[in-house]
Amino acid sequence: MTENLSQKQQPVLEARGLVKHYGQVIALDGTDFELYPGEILAVIGDNGAGKSTLIKILSGAIQPDSGEIFLNGSHIRFSGTRDARHHGIETVYQTLAVIPYMNIYENFFLGRELRLPGILGSVFRLLDKKTMEAEARTHMQELKFHIQSMSQAVNTLSGGQRQGVAVARSAAFALNVAIMDEPTAALGVKESGMVLDLIRNVRDRGLPVILISHNMPHVWELADRIHIQRLGRRVAVIKPGEYSMSDGVAIMTGAKKLEPL
Amino acid sequence: MASTTSRRPTLTLFYRRILRILASPSIGPLIALVLAGLFFYSQNDRFLQPINLSLILQQTSWIAVMAIGQTLIILTGGIDLSSGLVMAFGTVIMTKFAVVYGFDPIISIAAGFAVTMLFGLVNGLLITQLRLPPFIVTLGTLNIAFALTRLVATTTISGLPPAQLIFGERLDLLGTTFTLGSLFVFVLYLFMWFFLRETAFGRHIYAIGGDSEAARLMGIPVNRVLILVYVTAGFFYGVAGWILVGRIGSGDPNAGQTANLDSITAVVIGGTSLFGGRGNILGTLVGAIIVGVFINGLQITGVDPLFQRLITGVLVILAVALDQLSQRFRK
Repeated sequence: MTENLSQKQQPVLEARGLVKHYGQVIALDGTDFELYPGEILAVIGDNGAGKSTLIKILSGAIQPDSGEIFLNGSHIRFSGTRDARHHGIETVYQTLAVIPYMNIYENFFLGRELRLPGILGSVFRLLDKKTMEAEARTHMQELKFHIQSMSQAVNTLSGGQRQGVAVARSAAFALNVAIMDEPTAALGVKESGMVLDLIRNVRDRGLPVILISHNMPHVWELADRIHIQRLGRRVAVIKPGEYSMSDGVAIMTGAKKLEPL
Repeated sequence: MASTTSRRPTLTLFYRRILRILASPSIGPLIALVLAGLFFYSQNDRFLQPINLSLILQQTSWIAVMAIGQTLIILTGGIDLSSGLVMAFGTVIMTKFAVVYGFDPIISIAAGFAVTMLFGLVNGLLITQLRLPPFIVTLGTLNIAFALTRLVATTTISGLPPAQLIFGERLDLLGTTFTLGSLFVFVLYLFMWFFLRETAFGRHIYAIGGDSEAARLMGIPVNRVLILVYVTAGFFYGVAGWILVGRIGSGDPNAGQTANLDSITAVVIGGTSLFGGRGNILGTLVGAIIVGVFINGLQITGVDPLFQRLITGVLVILAVALDQLSQRFRK
């Protein structure tokens, strides 16, 4: 039923038969993957299920031994994370990937700074701080993420706010996919709630999100579909409304089996 | 009653603000500089005479320029122990090429810069490609630069062409004379201050020092930036050597033996964090001048030179302690 519905659309990001070996260890054993427009797809799996290998391949950090990846229907290979980023795939990492002593808009534009128009920017390479600050503010407001000043140093923010900056940044620059790799793992309950709200806002603005999380309540609260990875393969894709959390965990650990997809 | 309750919060706010200003890394050294100046002036009024201030700047100039390179490196979270001896190697190369081998003075200067920047490149490559700690790498190149300097020259090289002495030229300004070298220092500092604030490369230096892993994840070419930083530092050691040659009028293989520590001292007193990512390069200029002021002031008041070192040591520990305390205060 769910499969029929979603098959009418073309996946934004799709993978077929991904295989990855590390020496004798098989991390991925022919995993398939689809992410559809406008959804939050959670990826869950036990340790060693190949979850992080899958995500590393999709974010361009590593290359598969075999298998194919399609972005908006066209076949693609990523040479690295920069390449994936050029193709509109942004990743938010579990570790807070922000620079503590730099301010919010500098963090927002880190690695892709805007330069002043004209000769000041092209020849003298001067930064356009005003525009960066204004654009950062606009992006944050679009996600209903409220922070007084964009020129505030990030180390004056709470952990949740810092991760919020990273989420907003990925949403601002991702044209196709935002990957959230354990975005709340380092955060407390209240802080996590704030970040989850932001991720939901990102999805509501039309950007599909891949959410990797160990936290089942978060997954069931946020995800539209759940990709369950086990022993290097995708064993099921379920909707959180149709299966309980304990069913999901049972599938994940192999205690329960669904019909093959 | 009502007045005390209403006054108390404003008072604590006032104190907090004062403490905050005192804790801000670039204000502390400036206050220390003013206090030290007033102290030495009270001991001997010759201290604040323009001619003496000009002398302090001359004595400080080459260390201050070396400290620019050191600041860039420390901002990335590194350190360069080889700075002083690399500079000395640069000076004997540039002077020996001109005086002994008869090369054009400008080409000889270029040769001096080539070796200081080559050392920067070697440091940068070893640190980024072999992932060796900067402390160890530059401890190694320190010794290599020392030995190479002695192989090139064992005694001072004098009889230099005018182009090599240009930074010793005197200019009349504000009723006293300044050397070109000591004025050039300010130009270099203002330029680098602007560069670090207003360019992406400058911000990337801070980003790498703040969290190099996060910087890498954000797509900053960390290794390329680091190598360029060490090469740029080498360039500034070349400038420092050129200024020193202009000041003493010769190439001295014994110069700069403790200048590595002096340059680190200037950076630390100037409020740049040894852990990287935080600091203002103008603070380094103030730090270098503070060191110069103490050396000169203690000389002029007739204090045993040993105390100069003792006080420099105290200043370094004080600066780092203040930095750490201000960090804790902010949390």
